[in-house]
Amino acid sequence: MSKFSKKKNTGIPKINTSSLPDIIFMLLFFFMVSTTMRETEVQVAVKVPEATEVRKLEQKSLVSYIYIGRPSKALEGIYGSEPMIQLNDKLVNVEGIPAESVLDFVLFERENLPEIDKSKMIISLRVDSNIPMGKVDDVKQALRRAKALIINYSARKDYRNKGR
Amino acid sequence: MAKRELQEINAGSVADIAFLLLIFFLVATTMDIDTGITRLLPPIPEDKQDTEVQVNKRNVLVVLINRTDQLMVRGEFGTRVDELKGITMEFFTNPARSTELPEMEIKEVNFPPGSSPLLPVDGIWRGNVSKGVISLQNDRSTTYGKYLAVQNELVAAVNTLRNDFCKLYFDKEFDDLNDNNPIDKEIKDGIRSIYKMNISEAEPKNIN
Repeated sequence: MSKFSKKKNTGIPKINTSSLPDIIFMLLFFFMVSTTMRETEVQVAVKVPEATEVRKLEQKSLVSYIYIGRPSKALEGIYGSEPMIQLNDKLVNVEGIPAESVLDFVLFERENLPEIDKSKMIISLRVDSNIPMGKVDDVKQALRRAKALIINYSARKDYRNKGR
Repeated sequence: MAKRELQEINAGSVADIAFLLLIFFLVATTMDIDTGITRLLPPIPEDKQDTEVQVNKRNVLVVLINRTDQLMVRGEFGTRVDELKGITMEFFTNPARSTELPEMEIKEVNFPPGSSPLLPVDGIWRGNVSKGVISLQNDRSTTYGKYLAVQNELVAAVNTLRNDFCKLYFDKEFDDLNDNNPIDKEIKDGIRSIYKMNISEAEPKNIN
């Protein structure tokens, strides 16, 4: 018997996976902390324009969303390709009067806010860049009538032209 | 009786459970942060008679966007969007005191005492403030992208003016001032009253 025995061929050694759950948990916590719940399903195709002067919307609880865009590919068959308005998560009916729906929507959303925040309500307009302004003007007029005057034109940060 | 050894719990499936949770969060959440340009809409006037306010012609910068997304600024057709910021800044500062550009009025603005070496001890700033107003009008067929690009340039001009003032007097970026700090808030409000975001949007109408 020699002191240095020949290595036995034992096949591929098993990888120790006991730390795998820890790694996955780490990833899980990262995603839990850094993301927010998807609240609405956007049914219109919206690609917001880019702008350099954008600011973050801080208080999400005050924000209600109005989407304006052409119906997404899946819904094109039902609604056609004319621009449509989506209020938070529901589309405005083709037969419905947009101005009235927006008015009702704002009043309803304002009802849900606590009393002190009612005047601070923010409407975020997420509008596709190729939509004609007529539709947007209609919504803006409706918002003025509903006295929801703080609006936010949603835009992505344009990094290329920064500092110009 | 033989002593039983403590059995180890099989932890092999913990990873699977964690994966399941991970995938749930990947699907159900979004990462995008909401950013945008915040603007105030004018309230609907109560009394129709009072809407016609007489403004001196030199105090108004008329920006028109037509149905083919072309710009007309101060009666000149074909202005490019990237020229607009410079035009707006010149309009609000009127460096040459031209009679074509808006009038200036002497104004006093209170800043927190002792906040800047360039201000007197009591913190009162005296200087010229522009009376200028920008009037932005668009057609119903103007694309939203163009409209927002123009809005962005106008806002950029005012932001730059505010930022320059803030850097000169307080050696800070305007955006770095903290709204929750009363001194910073006073500075911010002071600068805002010197360079007002005077962008008025006409009642929608069709222009050609």
